[in-house]
Amino acid sequence: MTHSAAPATGIKRWLYTTNHKDIGSMYLIFSLIMLLVGGTMALLIRSELFQPGLQLMQPDFFNQMTTLHGVIMVFGAIMPAFVGMANWLIPMMVGAPDMALPRINNWSFWLLPFAFSMVLSTLFMEGGAPNFGWTFYAPLSTTYAPPSVTFFIFSVHIMGISSVMGAVNVIATIMNMRAPGMNYMKMPMFVWTWLITAFLLLAVMPVLAGVVTMMLMDIHFGTSFFDAAGGGDPVMFQHIFWFFGHPEVYIMILPAFGIVSHIIPTFARKPLFGYHSMVIATSSIAVLSFIVWAHHMFTVGMPLVGELFFMYSTMLIAVPTGVKVFNWIATMFRGSMTFETPMLFSIAFVVLFTIGGLSGLMLAIAPADFQYHDTYFVVAHFHYVLVPGALFSIIAGVYFWIPKWTGVMYNEAMGKFHFWMSFIGVNLTFFPMHFIGLAGMPRRIPDYALQFADFNMVASIGAFLFGLSQLIFVYNIVQCMRQRGCPASPEVWESAEGLEWTVDSPAPYHTFQTPPVIK
Amino acid sequence: MSADNYYVPAQSKWPIIGAVAVFLMVLSTALMITGSDTASIFFILSSCLMAYMMFGWFQNVIQESQQGLYSDQLNRSFRLGMLWFIFSEFMFFAAFFGALFYVRTLALPWLDGEGGKASTALLWPEFSSTWPLLNTPDPEKYPAPSGVIEAWKLPFFNTLLLVTSSIFITISHHKLKANKMAAAKTWLALTFLLGFTFLCVQIYEYIHAYQDLGLTLNAGIYGSTFFMLTGFHGAHVTIGSIMLLVIFLRMTKGHFDKVDSESHIDNPDSDHLFAFEAAAWYWHFVDVIWLFLFLFVYVL
Repeated sequence: MTHSAAPATGIKRWLYTTNHKDIGSMYLIFSLIMLLVGGTMALLIRSELFQPGLQLMQPDFFNQMTTLHGVIMVFGAIMPAFVGMANWLIPMMVGAPDMALPRINNWSFWLLPFAFSMVLSTLFMEGGAPNFGWTFYAPLSTTYAPPSVTFFIFSVHIMGISSVMGAVNVIATIMNMRAPGMNYMKMPMFVWTWLITAFLLLAVMPVLAGVVTMMLMDIHFGTSFFDAAGGGDPVMFQHIFWFFGHPEVYIMILPAFGIVSHIIPTFARKPLFGYHSMVIATSSIAVLSFIVWAHHMFTVGMPLVGELFFMYSTMLIAVPTGVKVFNWIATMFRGSMTFETPMLFSIAFVVLFTIGGLSGLMLAIAPADFQYHDTYFVVAHFHYVLVPGALFSIIAGVYFWIPKWTGVMYNEAMGKFHFWMSFIGVNLTFFPMHFIGLAGMPRRIPDYALQFADFNMVASIGAFLFGLSQLIFVYNIVQCMRQRGCPASPEVWESAEGLEWTVDSPAPYHTFQTPPVIK
Repeated sequence: MSADNYYVPAQSKWPIIGAVAVFLMVLSTALMITGSDTASIFFILSSCLMAYMMFGWFQNVIQESQQGLYSDQLNRSFRLGMLWFIFSEFMFFAAFFGALFYVRTLALPWLDGEGGKASTALLWPEFSSTWPLLNTPDPEKYPAPSGVIEAWKLPFFNTLLLVTSSIFITISHHKLKANKMAAAKTWLALTFLLGFTFLCVQIYEYIHAYQDLGLTLNAGIYGSTFFMLTGFHGAHVTIGSIMLLVIFLRMTKGHFDKVDSESHIDNPDSDHLFAFEAAAWYWHFVDVIWLFLFLFVYVL
């Protein structure tokens, strides 16, 4: 054997590791820390909004909080969590000894702590942290930006390198490392969704790097990409940003589809309904994601043809998404269902993500969007797809696979309690936002008119309930990591399918050094 | 000859050194841009760290390859990695091409009042849209250039250089596969020389643009797109040239010989030629980008 069988000891194990399980764990722990940091910022925002009037912070600091909350949650919490799961699971699911490029894998991870240290350090800089929202529209982010924007731009570059290298690794692993006999149409759904996600990452992260580079040049080197005085156009920033941004939101949801497509069949004790249609639907969503970007900017003053094109193409996405939701429900139909914590989170995912999807459909209608645009209705929409969508799927996945990762069963009663607190908290936080949004409360403001007070108070209470209940989750995970709890069997779940359940719990440091045979 | 198992390297210190190097490089760049005096020293030091990392990492990989640790499957991973990395580079250029197309076909005509309903036309009523943009809306802030680089002079010569160099590297590849090392080296050296000449011409063109034409980064959107597209392309040609140079030096050391000159045993690395092919792919990539540049930036 060319590598040592046992992990190295001490800090060097983590700094120098090439092992996909070590790297997966580091990604997951990093994203949990970022979730708590970004969550704290969310709670600061909700505290300020608890009552009308300025209570705790100045508007500029409020803007810094909304900006950093968005950036940290998108690039620091959700994306690395999915990459961590990809690291842990893809090699085991396809029967590979490790990721295809193990050293690049370690590099991809270790770039992230540096990038986010840089992002957080802007809080202590002169002029404060970036305050222009996570979408950093020019000229707010160029002409009127605080000096720290330069550091923000460079940290986005580092995140981009990390994501591109990670995506290259995932693609090489899936295309080249599958065990003999595992053809593409036998691949588990999580592997499929990640393959498509990796292509999306490769296609759009460089575009993000390009647009922040243009910002950098505009700010420091006299170019006029986003300045009409030189023949450029600030609206062009929005086009390029959303050409990245819309595929980006699918980057954050496709792996979630994959996770849920593993959990629901397991606890319904039936194979996934419509595997082929699931693969085709995922691919269509990915393709469509490249031609819908301007639905984020209906009110910016586009030609009518543009409005109509982006409206109809956006509504088209509801078709493959509907196929998926139908398949999950059909999988549960007449199944022998049990409701362990991963299943509870997955069912909540299906229901609440669908609510988020439907409010998205409302926003897709261009004339209606003129009313909803930049209101709390938008905030409600994307939090429904990202919190009970992406985040719930991650939590479900962690509960589902943590016995395999640590060898210890999590505390089921505590898990169920965590679920119900989260479920209530999430709806209490985000459902009222639909109402205040439709009534006209704009997003990204620290103060609001009196008629929005009640719903804002409800949302703030819900946010604290949701935020604090995540501490139960942290405790439950830490107990598993400390090996406190019942040992898990190799199968863990009664009817779980897949290669990862054929190895011991916890999974040995090296798995499938000789590839398994797939029937 | 190749290994049977997929080689998973044991622990490696290079990635974490690489992460630190990237971090320090961008941090010192950011500090330099925002006006720090001492940051340039940090930048030089962190660049040295970056070079040390790349040297060490590649040395590791080359040694492992020469020891015959790499299976065919692992070589496929390398190839897939390089292929999709190049795809991501394409998308980086796509962002700048997208900006160019958007400005030319939409933003500038709107500033000129096309469409009749666009209020943007009210900003500078005198402005009329042309391409190349020799009159910016606000000449005080963005002084317009007096002219632009003519496509069918030096840029056309440069196009010939790069297309020829792409052919040369293919010939070199064929010679290498036929185990004609001297010829392979000669053709590769010629490829490198053409690339180097290309860069010299580009530098000359930039000086001409800045000194004679007033075509600068500050000259409005034409200068912005022109310099960002050609500049990033030039940076990629530089990286590609360095890759060619490294491959040339490795050839000189006999890394791609079929039979090792000292021990007279088969060289396990010679079957794969991944390093050569990766450099060649990259070279073709910068060539293809240039063809797009020549067409959309210079000719049209």
